[in-house]
Formats: sequence, structure tokens, C-alpha cells
Amino acid sequence: MIIRRPPDIRASEITPKSVYLRRREFLGGAAALGVAAALPFGPAWAALTAAKSPFSTDEPQTPLKDVTSYNNFYEFGTDKDDPAKNAHTLTTTPWKIKADGLIDKPAEYDLDDLIKDIALEERIYRMRCVEGWSMVIPWVGIPLASVLKRLEPQSSAKYVAFETLVRPSEMPGQKGLFQALPWPYVEGLRLDEAMHPLTILAIGLYGEKLPNQNGAPVRLVVPWKYGFKSIKSIVRISLTDSQPKISWEVANAREYGFYSNVNPDVSHPRWSQATERRIGGSTGGLGGLFAKRHPTLIFNGYGDQVAKLYDGMDLKKNF
Amino acid sequence: MARAAQQRSMVSRVVLGSDPVRRAIYIVGMVPAVWYFYAGINNQLGADPLNVLERALGLWALRFLVAGLAITPLRRLGGPNFIRYRRAIGLLAFYYAALHLTTYLVLDQGLDLAAIWADIVKRPYITVGMLAFIVLVPLAVTSNGPSIRRLGARWNSLHRLVYIAAAAGALHFIMLVKVWPLEPLIYAALVAGLLLFRFQAYARKRWAPQPAAKRERTRSAS
Repeated sequence: MIIRRPPDIRASEITPKSVYLRRREFLGGAAALGVAAALPFGPAWAALTAAKSPFSTDEPQTPLKDVTSYNNFYEFGTDKDDPAKNAHTLTTTPWKIKADGLIDKPAEYDLDDLIKDIALEERIYRMRCVEGWSMVIPWVGIPLASVLKRLEPQSSAKYVAFETLVRPSEMPGQKGLFQALPWPYVEGLRLDEAMHPLTILAIGLYGEKLPNQNGAPVRLVVPWKYGFKSIKSIVRISLTDSQPKISWEVANAREYGFYSNVNPDVSHPRWSQATERRIGGSTGGLGGLFAKRHPTLIFNGYGDQVAKLYDGMDLKKNF
Repeated sequence: MARAAQQRSMVSRVVLGSDPVRRAIYIVGMVPAVWYFYAGINNQLGADPLNVLERALGLWALRFLVAGLAITPLRRLGGPNFIRYRRAIGLLAFYYAALHLTTYLVLDQGLDLAAIWADIVKRPYITVGMLAFIVLVPLAVTSNGPSIRRLGARWNSLHRLVYIAAAAGALHFIMLVKVWPLEPLIYAALVAGLLLFRFQAYARKRWAPQPAAKRERTRSAS
């Protein structure tokens, strides 16, 4: 028997949890706001205070429940709902990140130390998956450039490689006979892409710490590239002079390239990239079944900012 | 008048079947489709409802194809004989394939004919899926008593096209996933097993009694 659910309350109509949890402070007029801001890694309910950014889009945001229930995070399984089902077991404190390669400050950093005193920003970005769907997500994070500068890259460094955690005891997708990819998951950027102001390390979304299924405690977000470039649960950052072999390239070099810039004119070998389905963007009624496809934009609509990075490059060849 | 009555009885035979079990198979068989449409329009299919609906309909088509292909091996291997329900199962496979295709054409692509045509000619997984559907059409059209009588022995040959439809359906499923998840591989293995059973039966009948003639025959058959 199917029980009809009442229509969902829009996220924007709900008092943010952060505000709700601090209602006494507001009522009592206590000025504890500053404390919460100084403790981005305080208790789990701690809200993240983040400055607004001119890079944010004002498009309607994908509802939180969709952002946190529809994920590709193969470490937790290949179905879209596997990460939300399985990722709760992941321990994210403490969290160490090994920084190595062509840098002057190689070390194993505690995440908190690595991002200390860098102002958090809210970045509302479009996210386009290589599979042909998209979301609009309000991330909270810091420019990757500010972290890389701390590591003091050497002049010979040309690329940045990232690795995701390997911990089969907490990541069921890394156990058993059928494992989707070789682990660790590896991603990479050219150094100029990594230093670009649009590129961020996200530690939260919708004003709160990242849910595990979205790549807690820290993930990359590169909004002009297909979603799989935005590697989750990062434990290693290496600067290199040669182009890193990224996981999807290892899995299938014919279909997935190092650059993977969103581009409606370069089809995936098996499907078109000209249009996309906006997740949760259904105002068309009937549960989104009749929602229209959106045209996909070159560089996911961030061409004004990033197209110059690829001047003179054949984007069809360097897909 | 007589013709209308005949047509009506034919429709009721084709759509519902003439015995209660067959009728129940049609009705129960359509339950997943009704459920998915209902859940979809009531916001119960998650973040990407269209994708869930589209895949579910395709998967049920493949399931009914596999079920239909399993009937003969089951009987030959000493199991129960469900041959009288095979038409119902085959037609359900066709109905689901048609719903799956309609969902793709209307809801997914919004009847954008240029995009659809580009998909069909440029995307092998769509080409293969279309092939599976097109092959099923003449089978569905001739899934009735009068056609069987009219076509005689040719009916059996025609309906062997279902082997192609099932193989193309399983391939279509594998080709649309990014890595190698278990589910499409299981369906591919089931279809491969069921087709191998037929090939073995055919090979045994044709070649086993005269092993000496095997090479000769093979050459002439090709």
C-alpha cells in the first residue's frame, strides 16, 4: 500500500538548524555568534559561518535531501543511494592530509591546521555530472589556492594530484569481489586550474559540515568540470611535474579524460552531453517526471572565468 | 457487426487471455508499471524520478524476456510446463519495452526529434535498445491464434527473433552503466545461458547423430 506523503516543505521555508539550535542565544541576546565562527570544527551541529561570494549563482538550489541522497561515491557502493545508506560509519575525526611532492612544506597535516584562519566562503555552484544530470549546491569552503600557498609549491610543480581515503573497514565499496575502481581514487588538476579562484576545498554545504556521503570532511569542488573531478574525502595532496593518471582515465581512457571540462559539444562516447536533467528542479509538477532538460553550457557556464585557461587548446582532443 | 464482435473477442483474448491464470498474469504483471508511475507522480522515486522510472520499465521488460525464454528449458529439464502462459509473459515484455521507449521519447527527451534521432544513430546503446524494441514489434503483432494458424511453421522461425531481442536488451543494459556493477552482468549471464541452451539443443539435434558430417554441414550452413 502506498501512503501519500504530504508535499515537501521547501528548504528555504525552514528555519536553518543553526539558527534553531541557537535560539536561546538569540532570545537572550547573548553574542555567542563569534564563538561559533571561531570553531568551525566544533560539535557536529555547529553551523559554519561563511561570507557570501560574487562567484555564487542565484539559480534555485537543489533541495538538501536530494543533494545528500543522490550521490556517486563508489567507495560506498555504485548505486546512487548507497553512499547515503553506507557512509554513516566513516570516521572523519581526526583527519590527516599528507602533503608531499614538489613543495617546501611537506608534512602530514591535521585538517584543522591546514585550513586554520582561512575565511570560509559560501559558494553556490552548478554541479554537472558526466552522466547527464546536474544540481545547484551551496558549498562552504575555502579557495584551494590559499591552502596550496601554505604548502609552498616549488617552481617545478605543474600539477596537483589528490587521493581519497582507502579504508575498507568503513568503506564497503572497497571490499568484496565487485569493486568498481582501483583504490585509492585519484584526481588531479593542472596547477593553474588548482590555483583558480573558482576552485575550492569544501568542508560544508547548506551552512553545515559536509555529510559523509558528500565527501566529508573535505572535498574538492571544481565547478566547470564534470562532477567526478571534484574528489571526496581527501587524504593526500601531491604536487608533481607530470600529469597525474586519474582513476577514471585508468578505468576507461577512451571515455574519460584528464581535463573533463563540461562541454556540450564533446559527447561522451556513449551518450550526448548537450543537455542535462536538473535534479530536484521540478516545478513542472507531477513529481518532476515532466521536468524539461536544460541545455548544458560550455565550462558549465563558467566560461567567462575559465575559458582563458584553455586558450589555443583543442578541447575535443583534450576532453 | 460480426466482425466487430470478433475483433472485440480477439482484443480481450490478446489483452487479458482466456483463462483466469492468464488474466492474473497480465494484471499482476502490470502492477510494477502502475506502481512506478503512481510513485513518480507522487514524488516517491527519489532525486531523479525520471531515471528511476525509465530504468525500472526497461528492467521489467528484460525480466519478462528472461522469464519467457526460461519456459522451454524449464520444461525440458523436467520442471513444470508453463508454455500456456508464455504468450502473456512475452506480451508483458513487449508492453514494458513500449512503456520504456515511450518514457524515453516523451518524458526524457521531450519528443525532441533531432536529439532522439542523433541518439539512435550515434549512441550504440540507444541503437541496440531500439533494435531490441523493433524486433519485438512483429512478435507482439503475431502473438495471437489467427496469426499462428496463418503463419504455420514460419511462426516458429519468426518468433526466434526473441533471441535477438533478449541479447540486445541485455547488451543495452550493460552499455549504459559506467563501470561493471553486478546487476547487468547477471542479466547478461541469464540471457547467455538461456540462448546457449537453445544452441546446444539445436547442435545436438543437427550434428550429434553424424559427427563425421559436422564440418561439411557447418560450412554449408554458413
